[in-house]
Amino acid sequence: MPLLEIKDLTLEFGVGTERTRAIDGVTLSVSAGEVVCLAGESGCGKTVTALSVARLVPTPPAYYPRGQILLDGLEVLRLSRRELRQIRGRVVGYVFQEPASALNPVRRVGAQIQESLRWHRPEAATEAEVIRLLRLVGIPAPEVRARDYPHTLSGGMQQRVMIAMAIAAQPRLLVADEPTTALDVTLQAQILELLRELKQQFQMSLLLITHHLGVVREIADRVAVMYAGQIVELAPARALLQRPLHPYTRALKEAVPRLGASAPRLTSIPGAVPGVGAGPPGCRFHPRCAWAQADCSTRVPELAEVEPGRLVRCPYWNRPLPERLSQVARPL
Amino acid sequence: MTLLEVRQLQVHFPVRRGRFQRVIGLVRAVEEVSFELASGETLGVVGESGCGKTTLGRAVVRLLKPTAGQVVFEGEDITVMEGAALRSRRRQFQIMFQDPQGSLDPRLTVEDVVGEALDLHRLVPNRGARRARVEGLLKAVGLRPEHAWRYPHEFSGGQRQRIGIARALAVEPKLIVCDEPVSALDVSVQAQIVNLLRDLQQERGLAYLFIAHDLAVVEHVSRRLLVMYLGRVVETGEARAVVQAPKHPYTQALVTAVPAVDAGSNPKRWLWPGEMPSPLSPPAGCAFHPRCPRAEARCRTELPALREIAPGHRVACHLA
Repeated sequence: MPLLEIKDLTLEFGVGTERTRAIDGVTLSVSAGEVVCLAGESGCGKTVTALSVARLVPTPPAYYPRGQILLDGLEVLRLSRRELRQIRGRVVGYVFQEPASALNPVRRVGAQIQESLRWHRPEAATEAEVIRLLRLVGIPAPEVRARDYPHTLSGGMQQRVMIAMAIAAQPRLLVADEPTTALDVTLQAQILELLRELKQQFQMSLLLITHHLGVVREIADRVAVMYAGQIVELAPARALLQRPLHPYTRALKEAVPRLGASAPRLTSIPGAVPGVGAGPPGCRFHPRCAWAQADCSTRVPELAEVEPGRLVRCPYWNRPLPERLSQVARPL
Repeated sequence: MTLLEVRQLQVHFPVRRGRFQRVIGLVRAVEEVSFELASGETLGVVGESGCGKTTLGRAVVRLLKPTAGQVVFEGEDITVMEGAALRSRRRQFQIMFQDPQGSLDPRLTVEDVVGEALDLHRLVPNRGARRARVEGLLKAVGLRPEHAWRYPHEFSGGQRQRIGIARALAVEPKLIVCDEPVSALDVSVQAQIVNLLRDLQQERGLAYLFIAHDLAVVEHVSRRLLVMYLGRVVETGEARAVVQAPKHPYTQALVTAVPAVDAGSNPKRWLWPGEMPSPLSPPAGCAFHPRCPRAEARCRTELPALREIAPGHRVACHLA
């Protein structure tokens, strides 16, 4: 049984007729020790999906009309607040994108880690354990750094503190939401390496949210690509990057500028990501799709298994490619 | 023809503390940076946060006053120019910013955002002419004329960045400093903006100083590159040469750190220790030596000069 199972999860914001659907029927699982990436651009629903795992999206304004989240056998959407406190931290830990805003600016970092320990492992809430955790995440001179305030640390060090805090309770699943996006490329590599090591060492599962396909390639076993609230492609990471099947994934991969490529123009996707809940009818990607057929604007495609372990939400996934992926965007 | 020449530019910021705001230190944000930029050319500036690339861009368009050195635009020294004289020169060089949200006044319509510069430089005789100019500019950047009525919040990030470009273009400058123009955008939209900048350059013969932290993007748009570390240029040359055969260990690490998406390419990741030191107290000698795997004794004491190792390719490393 997988550690995390999300089934047909649907999330809406707002009340009455003023509802906006942010996630629409997401089904995804993470097994023990597995690294799964949720990839997609801003507004695709990847962050709210990840936050839903520990029910961190406030309800209201959010509301789950259908769906189920099974975390370690527990039905997260049915748990009481007390029960949620039991799983937050202990079963699932979080690392957020902006460590500077996620850390408390007026408390020393050591104290913040100790607080996490007091909640989840009171017997281990000692200074020695704090220092051990800081050392584990690769912070030099942890005895000194534990007494620092967050603002005196660099972005990379702050992110390490966040990770130390998240793993303090020894969660079985670590959810990292764009953990490297705010960091420089060289630090990004260091943090990904750290996550990989920790995962090995503690047999943790990892659910990683990213907009960067390069990060997917570095660390993921499987990847789900989201667009406008839906998963459009789900596949083993290597296969997906080698041969993306959904037109969106193909275009997304093409749009990443390559080092040393001598193409005079970058391949872009025309138009813009639709606003949350404002996806067009039919296939949500069809207005921007270079392969779009006549019925794409009316027929809602299903996420179907087209090869073992590969799911694609496009009935035309095996059509040959048009010569040029897409032209330069002209206005909407 | 040389459009812009920067000679030995220095920008230092004093750090003040205490009741009397005593100067307790100096952040050397830009140190001895020199380069030339021809009309219609793109020079890329790449480096990590804190390397001084943004300060350099701001000093070039004189949003900052350099501490030392010279900025020469079309043969005229603008380093210490002030007031009306500087304002009139500003028609020739414009800047666009990273955050399209924060750099557009939320209370102005797009017409006013773009048209403000036209008024300031008295480039249009009346409102009708202004409207026509703004509509033409919006079309040039891929927006619709009726967008002129709207407010910045009604647009997506990519569209806002197009507005930023239209505003910079309004006064028909010869140079645009692009400070991280695409790093706040989604990948699919990023490519649109990069292509748009390229088209505009070809149509109008613009020169760009293109500042970004993403080496792949910078290499894509630039003919020549400037790699900065802790305020200094560590490597400069033809973009392709620098990326394919980087000579400075920092550039080499930067090249390998770019996460590739192509499954075929093998990531020979060079995981380097540590982080960029504080520009308040840069290390002695070569600023990169504490992180450099090849550092020798003299790297710790002697500042390497930027020397030419191949035609047009210069590196500041003792070992290159």
